[in-house]
Amino acid sequence: MAASTRRASQLLGSAAARLLHARGFAAAAAAAPSPAVFVDKSTRVICQGITGKNGTFHTEQAIEYGTTMVGGVTPKKGGTEHLGLPVFNSVAEAKAETKANASVIYVPPPFAAAAIMEAMEAELDLVVCITEGIPQHDMVKVKAALNKQSKTRLIGPNCPGIIKPGECKIGIMPGYIHKPGRVGIVSRSGTLTYEAVFQTTAVGLGQSTCVGIGGDPFNGTNFVDCLKKFVDDPQTEGIVLIGEIGGTAEEDAAAFIQESKTQKPVVAFIAGLTAPPGRRMGHAGAIVSGGKGTAQDKIKALREAGVSVVESPAKIGSTMFEIFKQRGMLE
Amino acid sequence: MVRGSLGKLASRALSVAGKWQHQQLRRLNIHEYQGAELMGKYGINVPRGAAAGSVQEVKDTLKNVFPSEKEIVVKSQILAGGRGLGTFKSGLQGGVHIVKAEEAENLGAKMLGQILVTKQTGPQGKIVSKVYLCEKLSLVNEMYFAITLDRNTAGPLIIACSKGGTSIEDLAEKYPHMIIKVPIDVFKGISDEDAAKVVDGLAPKTADRQSSIEQIKKLYELFCKSDCTLLEINPLAETADNKLVAADAKLNFDDNAAFRQKEVFSLRDTTQEDPREVAAAKADLNYIGLDGEIGCMVNGAGLAMATMDIIKLHGGTPANFLDVGGSASEGQVVEAFKILTSDDRVKAILVNIFGGIMKCDVIASGIVNAAKQVDLKVPVVVRLEGTNVDQGKRILKESGMTLITAEDLDDAAEKAGSEAVNPKLF
Repeated sequence: MAASTRRASQLLGSAAARLLHARGFAAAAAAAPSPAVFVDKSTRVICQGITGKNGTFHTEQAIEYGTTMVGGVTPKKGGTEHLGLPVFNSVAEAKAETKANASVIYVPPPFAAAAIMEAMEAELDLVVCITEGIPQHDMVKVKAALNKQSKTRLIGPNCPGIIKPGECKIGIMPGYIHKPGRVGIVSRSGTLTYEAVFQTTAVGLGQSTCVGIGGDPFNGTNFVDCLKKFVDDPQTEGIVLIGEIGGTAEEDAAAFIQESKTQKPVVAFIAGLTAPPGRRMGHAGAIVSGGKGTAQDKIKALREAGVSVVESPAKIGSTMFEIFKQRGMLE
Repeated sequence: MVRGSLGKLASRALSVAGKWQHQQLRRLNIHEYQGAELMGKYGINVPRGAAAGSVQEVKDTLKNVFPSEKEIVVKSQILAGGRGLGTFKSGLQGGVHIVKAEEAENLGAKMLGQILVTKQTGPQGKIVSKVYLCEKLSLVNEMYFAITLDRNTAGPLIIACSKGGTSIEDLAEKYPHMIIKVPIDVFKGISDEDAAKVVDGLAPKTADRQSSIEQIKKLYELFCKSDCTLLEINPLAETADNKLVAADAKLNFDDNAAFRQKEVFSLRDTTQEDPREVAAAKADLNYIGLDGEIGCMVNGAGLAMATMDIIKLHGGTPANFLDVGGSASEGQVVEAFKILTSDDRVKAILVNIFGGIMKCDVIASGIVNAAKQVDLKVPVVVRLEGTNVDQGKRILKESGMTLITAEDLDDAAEKAGSEAVNPKLF
């Protein structure tokens, strides 16, 4: 073949290859079903705040774990590289270039709400906000905006993140304690979740997906949102729910569990049962929620829904194990 | 004004409730007189009043602010409700009195510097550093008004009731239909229609409707601009001259907003707080003093509560709640340790760390440094797990410190409880 022809076919070849690649990518993207519980190995993650201390440390950890990290966002640092990843000035740019569909936010409290809004405006599928300390008045606006759209899901803020062991880790949880497995975990706490993970790994059950919904009053995802996914996820055979005193999230969860008629075993622990009774300040809180919020109420509601509520936080894993055993779910 | 208090608190923040929630949230609470000043700045009608921190100031206030009043309201300023029905440790009954002007100085002297115990202060009570002298208003009617941030409507929620006063708690249970709730669109802000709905719900008898609407809007403005988590006026009263007046107010501010509310947060009164908690707050630690024997240092509110739960399950008593948080520095760990070891009731210390953002080596270095600086008289049980756990465990081992290591939660609680009762090493 003449050199020019060879060259032409090379160019054509590479153009075709690019086209096929793009088609293939699009085809693959179109073919990939959306994750069972928000994230899986197909999730492509950017980090907002990547060049900061926390952003850097946890992006390194994520890459080490095997999460598909594809870039980061730090305004004014667009065009540079950090940890081998491209940095962009905005979420929209990052999404366009990297085809990211998720973001993790390690941005300080004064700017975090705006970072969430930016990710929402860019229509990412998932935003995980780790930041603790965002003013409530800011978050209430974010929540109101979230409620008006359905493209983006927010997890957090003030949460440890979400992990599908072996596939995708978005957040600050220590990866090594997790093991791909059969138990879905949803929790308001960060470190108390790790206890449940540690125990379910120790008894050999492992975790399907673990979601830390966080401790703020205005957050993106609640127990019921996660339970809906767990109930439909074939990999999740048992569910652990970790709640705390205050609010009505656990009662709502109990109602959902009952309505769903799920046969999957649910084990719960509610922290703060032995905390001393509160100092009362202000009437408005109680009027709004009609007196709900004590640990006793939550435990009662959950037990009435058929949930095994454990008294000791050290017994979460062993209790799930026993239930699996009783049901013949162990080999 | 005498005020009762509602039983169960349910608003959630930082996933804790009750005492935990209020402390844990570190919502700034300010005195009634400070609230009145702040409201005054926003053009909200408040009773004429001034705070006095000494008998001389009481005298001066009477002379300068209330020269012609026959009667004066004298109100103890503490950061807790139930003052009207409270009792001073000195024996004086009631933290709020309406007295003849000439008796005010005497009464002020009996209140200032004394400890007032109410249903909300706990048995130890709170010290009265200032009294608030207010004009006695001739009130036609008492109503209830509050603004809070509501999770269901994802925005500010105004709550109003045409009946206010002490029994609002009972009212909420018996006549919930008398309470109206008006959610406000957080992007649009309060509209005239919203404010009018509130005024209709309050059903004032004589107060001018348009001025009342304006007052409601100003209250909303204060709520938003000052990052309030709760603004409660009970009673919101009508005066004989047809005005709506905030006769008593409770304002809570979001601690997360401290960085942009410097003026408001400078009003913090640390004399109303447990000194251990004040010291902890200085080091930016989340600490609540209790009265048990096992001092605790944990990372994470949920895990800290669970640690309390399991200590009690094993028969021990927690001395405190202490969350070193996700990004504690070595210096903060040292401070935390110092605070724990300075508590005389503490017979054993339990450090329970599951590191996520918190790194086990940072905690370990902190413990080692603290032990060098502090005279360690009690056994320390340490349970470490999570990020950098191996480095953490190595640091502790190489320190040569006498520590008891625990493998898991059960083990940790059991060892701490047993050390508190029967120390093997000290």
